[in-house]
This record gives sequence, C-alpha cells and structure tokens, in this order.
Amino acid sequence: MSKTKIILGCFDDPDDMMQGITNLQKNSIPIYDVYTPMPIHGIEAKMGVKDSRLGYAAFCFGCLGLTVITSIVYYTLVGDWPQNIGGKPSFAMPDFIPFMFEWTILFTAFGMTFTFFAATHLFPGRAPRVMDLRATDDRFIIAVDAKGNIPHDDITNLLKDAGAVEVKHNERKYVSYE
Amino acid sequence: MTGKDMTYARITNEILLPVENKPNKAWWIGFIVSALGAMLWVVSISLTFWYGLGEWGLNKTVGWAWDITGFVWWVGIGHAGTLISAVLLVFSQNWRNSINRSAEAMTIFAVICAATYIVAHMGRPWLAYFTLPLPNQYGSLWVNWNSALMMDVFAISTYFSVSLLFWYTGLLPDIASIRDRAKGLRRRIYSILSFGWTGSLKTWQRFETVSLILAGISTPLVLSVHTIVSFDFATSLEPGWHTTIFPPYFVAGAIFSGFAMVQTLLLVTRKVLGLENYITMFHIESMNKIILLTGSIVGVAYITEFFIAWYSGVEYEQYAFINRATGPYWWAYWSMMSCNVISPQLFWSSKLRRNIPFSWALSIVVNIGMWFERFVIIVTSLHRDYIPSSWAMFYPTWVDVGVFIGSIGVFFTLFLLFIRVLPSVAIAEVKLLLKTASEQAKLKQIKEGHLEPAEVQYYKESLTKYDSVDMADYEKV
Repeated sequence: MSKTKIILGCFDDPDDMMQGITNLQKNSIPIYDVYTPMPIHGIEAKMGVKDSRLGYAAFCFGCLGLTVITSIVYYTLVGDWPQNIGGKPSFAMPDFIPFMFEWTILFTAFGMTFTFFAATHLFPGRAPRVMDLRATDDRFIIAVDAKGNIPHDDITNLLKDAGAVEVKHNERKYVSYE
Repeated sequence: MTGKDMTYARITNEILLPVENKPNKAWWIGFIVSALGAMLWVVSISLTFWYGLGEWGLNKTVGWAWDITGFVWWVGIGHAGTLISAVLLVFSQNWRNSINRSAEAMTIFAVICAATYIVAHMGRPWLAYFTLPLPNQYGSLWVNWNSALMMDVFAISTYFSVSLLFWYTGLLPDIASIRDRAKGLRRRIYSILSFGWTGSLKTWQRFETVSLILAGISTPLVLSVHTIVSFDFATSLEPGWHTTIFPPYFVAGAIFSGFAMVQTLLLVTRKVLGLENYITMFHIESMNKIILLTGSIVGVAYITEFFIAWYSGVEYEQYAFINRATGPYWWAYWSMMSCNVISPQLFWSSKLRRNIPFSWALSIVVNIGMWFERFVIIVTSLHRDYIPSSWAMFYPTWVDVGVFIGSIGVFFTLFLLFIRVLPSVAIAEVKLLLKTASEQAKLKQIKEGHLEPAEVQYYKESLTKYDSVDMADYEKV
C-alpha cells in the first residue's frame, strides 16, 4: 500500500494547467483543489464551481446599514429631542442623505468582507494549509486526492501529458505545518 | 508591462526585492529625514495638546487657517489611491494593476495625516467621542445630524476604514507570497498577517467578487468624501465659501492633487526600486493626462467662481474675490493660479508629458499650488469679514509650521516603511498581465504574424517613447 496522500501536478503556465484539468476530467478523476498565484479566468465554469453569493450578502448588509442609521437619526433628532430650527420640519431628509449613504457603504464593505473571511476561513493566525510553497509564487498546482484514485502512475502521466513540469506524490497533505 | 524574458518567478523576485533584502543607502537617508520630520510633528502636536490651540496663530477673525488647510490638502491627496483602484477597476482599465497598491497605501497614509489635523483642531481631542451619537448625561443632547461637520466625521471615517479594508484584502495573496518564501520569525509574522491565504480556487473566486463589489461601492464613496468636505464651507454664509460650485470643484481638485502626489512618489519609487518594467511610460503619461484634465477643470472652476461673484451682484461676494486677487494675500492667490492653472497646461506637449524629471518637478508644483488653493479659500475669505473693525491677518506660529512640515514627515515615514515590509506593486494582479497586456506577449504575437502590418507599425512607433523598451528587438520584426 503506497503512503502517498496527495498528488500534485505543478505547472508553470496557467494554460497548461487548464489542459491538465481537462485531461483529468476526461478520465473522471476528481480534483481536490487548484492552487494558483493569481486568479484564473474561466476556471470556475470549467470546474463547475457555482457563482459566489457574496453579492447577496453585500446587498443585505447595505440594507442593514441604511436601516440602522435611519433609525438612529430618526430616534435622536425627530423622536427623542426634536429641535426647532427656524420652524422647519425636524425630519430634514436632505440633511440626512449623506449619513445614510456613508453608513450603507460602511456596512456593505465590512459585512461583505467579513463574510468572505468567515466563509473562506481567513483570519489572523490561521495556520496556512499550503500544499506547495511555490503556489503563491510561480507554480499552478492541481491537487488530486491519492486515496481511491489509482493507479497513481496514470494520473502522473495525464498531468505530464498536459505539460506539468513536476508531479509530486506527497505523503503529507500540507507542507506548511512544521 | 515591458521587459524581455519575464516570467512569473521573475515578477515575484523583482517586486519582493526591497522586502526581502536590507535597505540601501537612499532608503536610510530618506527614512532618517522623514523620521526627523515625524519627530517635529510629535513635538508640535504635543505642545498643541498640552497648551491648547493658543499655540497656533489663530485669532478671533481667522479661526481656521493652517489646520484646516492641511486637513483639506491631505484629504485631497488621499483621493487618487481609491480612484485608481476602484474607478479604474470598474472600468476594466488594467494598467491600474501596477500602480494601485502604492497609490492605495498613499491614500491611507494621507487620510491618517488628515485625521490627525481634525483631532488636533478639536482643541480638546480627548472629547472626540462627542461627535458620536452616544447617550450622555446632558439631557439627551444628541449630535446634530443637520451639520456638515458631522457629515464630515462619517465621510472621512468611512472612507478611511473602507480604503484600509480594500487595501488589506488586496494585500492578502501578496503577503502569502512573502510568507511562503520566508523562514523563521519572518515567516511566522507574515503567516499571521496572511490570514492563512492559500490561493485555492474558491478563495480566488470570492476574492474577485469582493474586489469588484468593494470597487463598485468605493467609486461613489470617493466622490462623496470631497463633496462632503466642501460642504464644510459651502453650507456656511461666508462670502467666498457660500458657493454651489464647491462640490464638483473640490472633487476635481482632490483628484488633481492626488495624482500629483502619486507622481511625486512613484517616479522616485520606480527608479529606486527598479520597477521600470511595471510602472512604465504609459502609466506616467496617463497620469499626466489626468493631471492636465483635472487641472483644467480646476482652472475653469476658479474663473467661474470669479464670474459668478461679479454676476451675483452681491457686493460682499464681489469684495471677497477682488480681495483675494488684489488684497494683502495676492501672493497666495497668484501662486495658486500659476501653480494650478497655468503650469499643468504645459502637459499639452507630449514631450513634456514623457519627461520624467519634468513630470516630477511639475507634480511638486501642483502639490504646492493645491496647498495654496486651500489656504486662499480658508484664510482670505475669513480675514476680512462684514465688519472692517475686525479685519485681521493670519500669522502662523512655529507650531503651525511644525505640525504641517511634521505631517509630511509622518507621511513619508509611513510610506518608506510600507515599501520595506509590504510589496509596493500588487504581485498577483501584475501576473495577470504577463500573458495579456505585456510587451513580451505582444512581441510574440507579432513574430507569429497574428497582427496586421499597419497595426505592428503603429505599435512600434508608440513604443519609442518607453524608456524601458529596447527598440533593437523590433528591427527585424
């Protein structure tokens, strides 16, 4: 029984990596994940990854911000302590628009970004789960789970055919843990 | 992006060069000078806090002077970064990829400087929380949501925090690049800072969504900030301030001064850090064109203001403007006019636009001019009001000067530290250009005969202006 846990196809060109994905998909080999130093356009459709729903989150947080500030302004200046400024109505809508705008933006930005961090498990101090240290530099990595995907040499050949500069059979999943 | 034999690895190596090595002499000299400036700031601001605003040259008539001038100047400078990142991303201008990171950093540091002015100007900065709608013991004396100054509190704080968030989120993949190349303690530090970034498929997809939405909401935010800053003046009844043209005029002026400061910093950074292949003549020329455009808008605004003062028939308004140009502060007015209106017009000449020392000198001139603009608006409008018996002049004390010079020191100290510890160019975004918008990719296309001869000819002619392109490569193709 081989001790290999994960097979990594390391490419030096994103187009070759896309070819690697095609080769694996043609042979019905499931891909664990893909690690790249930059965003690759068109890869989501190829890998069948659904669109991000962060836009909906952003919209909801924006609505929340607007509601919160409108409530604060209304409560303080209209409900709790209305002031007589030249006999004008205390609910001076045009004056409040800048606040409504700013708080909408503020809540949208922070709400959406923190949702992104939470969903992707990004936070200060998280141990990075890196499979190949060059994935943030100049290597485009396709990771295939070794368990159940045999024979391993066939996978190696498929990746090599696509132009992989190196195929690694790693016994540890993550190299970043010391 | 220009340069031969560019690879993904080379991009990482070149951009991380200053981060992964000991600083050179030029950096140390710059850092020591800036740090001395920052020390001056600490001394001046401490005196202000200890003894109060009496340390400044303010008097009963001129109650806002160098403080608000400095504040508006810094906020204006803080506009280019988010403009470059957000507006140009929304419009898919991918040339922004190589300059956005440092421009955003500059924005953040400029807004920090601006915020210190506001806090200092409060006189009793420990009561700064009075600007927040907190329940308190004074009956329920809430904040006044009708006030433009309150709008400013929220505009500046939202702008600062959203810019910081945008900048830091964009930094995550690049911090991960440093982390994976570092050893020991450095690695641990960058590991914490990188939030555990791995660059997996889903991470990148969400990252791109977040970037685009942040850019989309930051675009109106940038425009709102200086609009609201201009409300501080425009909603008053002071002749010279009470002007409906202020919001668009301030926004144009902010972009103008922001791009000038980006030029000031980037032309030097490019040379010192050897980033000629990333920040190319195309960027320099494009930024100079924006300076020309916004400088012209500012010029039109100055003239319109003058015309409207005359056309309004309001004698106080008319006097405020005549007094600006011919009164005791004529020198400030004409410095502003020549620096902001006349000098950018030189950029109509493409030779001057592509001349790096000239562009740098002009960016300094614009920075000076924009400082004078705020000084003219604030001090000349205030110093002669409705009652001639209260007319006065403003004379800065050395603390005023110290706070201003010192804030420049703080700004440069922060910027110099930034280029040492974080990548000054967005590595991941520049990598996107390698196979699309690089000189190398284009040359390959030409050699393989994918382009029309006329197109190739035009391309070759436009390349001659680049200082980082070797034309010898193009002789045979």
